[in-house]
Amino acid sequence: MSVNIQNAGQVITAYISGEIDHHTARNIREQIDAEVELNQPTLLVLDFSDVTFMDSSGIGLVMGRYRILSKFGAELAIIGASPNIYKVLRLAGIEKLAKLKGRD
Amino acid sequence: MKSINKFTITLPSRSYNEAFARSVVSSFVLQLDPTLDELSDIKTAVSEAVTNCIVHAYKDYIGKIYISAEIFSDNSVQVKIRDTGCGIPNVAEAMEPLYTTGGEDRAGLGFAVMQSFMDNLKVKSTIGKGTTVTMRKKISLRAGKNATL
Repeated sequence: MSVNIQNAGQVITAYISGEIDHHTARNIREQIDAEVELNQPTLLVLDFSDVTFMDSSGIGLVMGRYRILSKFGAELAIIGASPNIYKVLRLAGIEKLAKLKGRD
Repeated sequence: MKSINKFTITLPSRSYNEAFARSVVSSFVLQLDPTLDELSDIKTAVSEAVTNCIVHAYKDYIGKIYISAEIFSDNSVQVKIRDTGCGIPNVAEAMEPLYTTGGEDRAGLGFAVMQSFMDNLKVKSTIGKGTTVTMRKKISLRAGKNATL
């Protein structure tokens, strides 16, 4: 698992790769939160293109970031989720919290 | 229904074993030549059950997680994940979507995922004795299938 975070002014993009579960989520969360708290973007993009597995810990990750962003009116977008990851995200109704764009 | 193959493993409730547990079950299920979607469903459900043992059953200490999987003659697989931890006071409540006692970074969707990704889910729990989750999924029979059993 790794996270590569790119900051382009008001937009922060977190490129997550590998597997998201309870074991790996903590590290992903800490890296993203550090960047978000420091820069207070208007949009956080979570790029799931290279995520190979995700369980409901990934939903917790998304919902937790949504709560943080809401505090200062920022938005959340999720891109590149595979059909299997999308299936997990949809269980939680994530499409109501974040803009979703699957893999092309 | 005849049992065709079975394995049992015991793992300490360390979070790095979540990945190992789902990999070992999915390797076993490969004998039924599942689709990638079926395999992903099983991996996700196993990951949820094992995470529950780590986060809830053995919240403050390391305990043992007992995992067994069994393949049956109707092309189904049954996975049993058992702990001897604290137990769930109210199973029906714990199974409600979004219910969690795990803090704000847990979604409370573990059982919802297991229920939705497997064909059948049974949860048996006794306070102070532990919890057993039994899940079953039938693997599709496809033309030109390459099952090894």
